[in-house]
Amino acid sequence: MRYAYYTLAFLVVLLVSVMGFRGMPATRPPIELFPDMDHQAKYKPQAESKFFADGRADRPIPAGTVPFGRSADQADPAFLKADDVHYAGKNADGSFLRGFPPDLTVNEAFLRRGQGRFEIYCAPCHGKLGDGQGITKSYGMVATPTYHDDRLRTMPEGEIFNTITNGKNTMFPYADKLSPDDRWAVVAYVRALQRSHHGTLDDVPPDQRGGLK
Amino acid sequence: MSKIFPKSANALPLQILIFLGVLGGVAAAGITYYATPAYLRVGYQPVQPVPFEHSLHAGQLGIDCRYCHASVEKSATSSVPAAQTCMNCHSAIKIQSPLLEIVRESYRTGDPVPWVKIHANPDYVYFNHSVHVNRGVSCVECHGKVNEMTVVRQDKPHSMSWCLDCHRNPAERIRDPKDVFNLDSPTLAVQGRLEDAKKFIHDWKVMPPTSCSGCHR
Repeated sequence: MRYAYYTLAFLVVLLVSVMGFRGMPATRPPIELFPDMDHQAKYKPQAESKFFADGRADRPIPAGTVPFGRSADQADPAFLKADDVHYAGKNADGSFLRGFPPDLTVNEAFLRRGQGRFEIYCAPCHGKLGDGQGITKSYGMVATPTYHDDRLRTMPEGEIFNTITNGKNTMFPYADKLSPDDRWAVVAYVRALQRSHHGTLDDVPPDQRGGLK
Repeated sequence: MSKIFPKSANALPLQILIFLGVLGGVAAAGITYYATPAYLRVGYQPVQPVPFEHSLHAGQLGIDCRYCHASVEKSATSSVPAAQTCMNCHSAIKIQSPLLEIVRESYRTGDPVPWVKIHANPDYVYFNHSVHVNRGVSCVECHGKVNEMTVVRQDKPHSMSWCLDCHRNPAERIRDPKDVFNLDSPTLAVQGRLEDAKKFIHDWKVMPPTSCSGCHR
């Protein structure tokens, strides 16, 4: 009987030495013990397809079509993007809009939204202060302009919107990451940053001036 | 009548029963330890086509998760970025690197980079990223400290019981909404603000389903 326990102990040691412990790194795909319905005949986002020639389950948008929206009954509010002021930042005569589209309300929540988006998508290059000193600069990103010179301070809001949407020079378009409304929010925050760098003592409420001179 | 069995054999049936009990216990322990996702999945660290370092980009450079995984706040899927996202910087930085040739090729042709999926839910699980990150559940709760991983590995088992641990007691895992994408931030409970977490759960109507149809359809 003793030998049965010895054998069992040996088998346990053998098993542990072969199988190792939980959490050990492994490059091989995990074993699926009961793969019953783990892999169904359906596509998930960004999945591979053996049916389509390009191997992609996500289909590119066919030429000459626009996405209607997420529901078949109701169009996305941005459907057709026909409003050039809102979706291109341009006036009817093709010039860039000054100010913001009339259907947007610029308030604190809008600026906070812009700040949040700016710090995710813009700050890596433009810097959190908009001075062009983002983290990428120390890794070899070519000159990123500061927002605080006269050229960019006097640039129409619509042109900044257009730059975010379509990119400019070495900057790539960010339309895939920022919705049109978010782009306007970022424009508003860029304006706030510019304003902050050209503040004077008169901008500070008298009771908060403290030791400021 | 000769004796076929020695006298010591009288104890044998009981000894065999005890041994079978021990054997069953060892087998159950082995299956529990080895045949669950905590062993089978955790640690999965495939070799990716491009040796992208999260520890450099998300850790050292401090780039927000959402810079690349842009859809995570508004979609069920946290998207893997297109090559254009990489090229935002890599059209100017390390433009000669042979390691990035696959990315440049992908950008030129539009064919995706063949990244290897690590966190794969079974097809009968309907997980939604946006509802989690918009309700104070940080990336780190399910993906571990990706900002410290040179090569990404699966850090949590993603088994159903593991999901339910949190669904049954979300207050312990909730973060301040502004800390959700800061993987080094402590949970509210760790900060000693469990009451705030409970208030958040009440005010924001965080009601994680524990019924089957919450996640399975």
